[in-house]
Amino acid sequence: MTIKKFFNEMTDDAGSVRPHYAGYSAWLSEMPQERIAHKRAEADALFHRFGITFAVYGEEGGKERLIPFDIIPRIIPDEEWKALAAGLKQRVKALNAFIHDVYHDQNILKAGRIPKEYVLQNGQYRPEMKGVDVAGDIYAHIAGVDVVRAGQGEFYVLEDNLRVPSGVSYMLENRKMMMRLFPRLFSRNKIAPVDRYPDMLLNTLRSVAPTGVTDPTVVVLTPGAYNSAYFEHAFLAQQMGVELVEGQDLFVDDDQVFMRTTRGPQRVDVIYRRIDDDFLDPLVFRKDSVLGVAGLMRAYHAGRVTLCNAVGTGVADDKSVYVFVPEMVRFYLGEEPILNNVPTYQCRLKDDYAYVMDHLPDLVVKEVHGAGGYGMLVGPASTKAEIEAFRERIVAAPDKYIAQPTLALSACPTFVESGIAPRHIDLRPFVLSGSNEIQLIPGGLTRVALREGSLVVNSSQGGGTKDTWVLEA
Amino acid sequence: MLSRTADHLYWMARYMERAENIARLLDVNYRLSLMPQPADQMEKAWAATLRIMGLDELYWEKYDEITPENVFDLLIFDRENLSSVWHCLRAARENAHAVRGTITSELWETTNGTWLKMRDFSPAALTEIEVSEFFEWVKYRSHLSRGVTIGTMLQDEAWRFTRIGTFLERADNTSRILDVKYQLLLPAGETEGGAADYYQWSALLRSVSAFEVYRKVYRDLITPARVAELLLLRSDMPRSLARCMQEVYNNLQKVANNRSAETERRAGEMDASLRFGRVDDIMRGGLHNYLVKVLARVQDISNRIANDFLVPVSA
Repeated sequence: MTIKKFFNEMTDDAGSVRPHYAGYSAWLSEMPQERIAHKRAEADALFHRFGITFAVYGEEGGKERLIPFDIIPRIIPDEEWKALAAGLKQRVKALNAFIHDVYHDQNILKAGRIPKEYVLQNGQYRPEMKGVDVAGDIYAHIAGVDVVRAGQGEFYVLEDNLRVPSGVSYMLENRKMMMRLFPRLFSRNKIAPVDRYPDMLLNTLRSVAPTGVTDPTVVVLTPGAYNSAYFEHAFLAQQMGVELVEGQDLFVDDDQVFMRTTRGPQRVDVIYRRIDDDFLDPLVFRKDSVLGVAGLMRAYHAGRVTLCNAVGTGVADDKSVYVFVPEMVRFYLGEEPILNNVPTYQCRLKDDYAYVMDHLPDLVVKEVHGAGGYGMLVGPASTKAEIEAFRERIVAAPDKYIAQPTLALSACPTFVESGIAPRHIDLRPFVLSGSNEIQLIPGGLTRVALREGSLVVNSSQGGGTKDTWVLEA
Repeated sequence: MLSRTADHLYWMARYMERAENIARLLDVNYRLSLMPQPADQMEKAWAATLRIMGLDELYWEKYDEITPENVFDLLIFDRENLSSVWHCLRAARENAHAVRGTITSELWETTNGTWLKMRDFSPAALTEIEVSEFFEWVKYRSHLSRGVTIGTMLQDEAWRFTRIGTFLERADNTSRILDVKYQLLLPAGETEGGAADYYQWSALLRSVSAFEVYRKVYRDLITPARVAELLLLRSDMPRSLARCMQEVYNNLQKVANNRSAETERRAGEMDASLRFGRVDDIMRGGLHNYLVKVLARVQDISNRIANDFLVPVSA
């Protein structure tokens, strides 16, 4: 399938280069093709040597692969970024207010703005969090909101990732790589720096330490070296100068969390956890979890440790609740949402279900709880047989699916086998919410679907990444 | 620092050092095998090497006869042999991977790069390049890791545990390399101090980069007692047992915790006995006997370090 009409980030409909790409485009046209090919090979070799890899689930022996890196940047002009940033802050603020509300007074449910069952019967709703107060009332400290551009270039939010969003290390490494390969580009363009992210993250984490703790000890909790995002966990811990711990390194004594060190136990105050709720504490959640820490939830309830993100944020980034985020903005902030949602059909609703069944070849269907591009149907890119097979899955469990129109994602020039060609992209900016402020680094991670016509940008599905430039005015 | 982190650092360093010393041990034997000698003499030399590494059983399970190719197969490439160069470099890399946030990026890249390159070598490739070139490569990669460690790492606890791993492993390996000579019989017709003997001792010295050092220090003929003195008691010789135990003891003192007093005492006792020991006394009691005891003490100290610092213990 090829989408005929889409927004091209670099050129307008008449084929002339957009002003914010002018500098880069001029530079690119002066660059001999062999030199570009050489630089690409250099980038690959460097990424390999640095071990910037990810593990692919299901591949033999937990093999490590590189995420393909494309050397043509995605460029966003300053004024566009400002509007997008404002929209993201507004959205995350409302989402945090929503999570606090559903675990306390449930005003939004009482007001009938969101049907109760959507929230309370949601698998991601954690009754364990009811009435629990968390530091600063912040739940999603780190949000990785997926944004796409469609139509004439309008931004749409595709997903609010509020659990353990990853990818920020690639944002930082891609920038480092670009600066190493093409230092002169950076002196010719005013590109907003991104390398403050680890500092901002550490400040955010420290700002939500338990009350009374003045010099908090922060750690990053990883499932271990075989996790697909291990590189990022190690990277962030190193950049922040904090310990990277595994569950076995921690224990709870008298409702206080400690780590085992060569000099004995040391208190831990804030845990940036990169493992899912289900694995956090075998006494409360999955009993077979060896990744977590027995007693962690007890310490958490006692307010002696802060978990980032909080337990139970999944109730707000679930695809069936997604539909109501604009309503949350209105309800909690009394503002009109700045960013669009993608129109979404919920297969659990009778009318929507009928529509979805009639239009499967045109729609993108997703599992409500799915992530990472697994278990989805891209109608226009699928064969009849694939569509029919998926139809049966929806019929069997309509509640599990939502559907959206196939968006003509914007495309950015990308190096491929045949030369430079447009490929579809998305953008994941990272929004940090601390007890005083909401911040974000200009840019984010741009992912690109490298296969011609493909709209799936996930690295597990053959996607690559690009450096993302916000041009300062 | 985390006990688990200390454990990974310690083993990262140990495995890298071990890879280097296997290469050194194989290199000395390979050089010796090049000298004119009866076939059974050469076999004995390889058999002694296997025995000293505790690999003779595994070897005879896999092969019927002793050939350099088989020995290289087992000691360089074998995936089941936990003491093959392949396995050591992989383990060094896996341990580094687990603490890549603690070590400097240069050290990680070096260790990772060594492993990536190791995967390109194969027994077939070794027939194309001289096997000595491969040993040289392993040695230089280990030099590089050590240099990067010293040149880039903050000298904090992480560094101390890395150093302890390096020197404890080297203490073990130097003792073993020296012991190999003692497992060998002189070729028939040769007397101690003869040409063959000279060749063996000088090859041994070269394998621990001590040939030139020996010349400088003694300015005299190579004798077993002096070689033993150099490799055991001279603390200014970087691969000597005395130097290794001095480093282990010094670094242990810097990381001491409330459980480690006895370990420190034992390391200190060993350090002192090497500092004040006399080579005549060692030779009188028999070098081999002495080395057997040394290996046991090194093993004891490494077990105690694991218990005191590395294995997580609940509060």
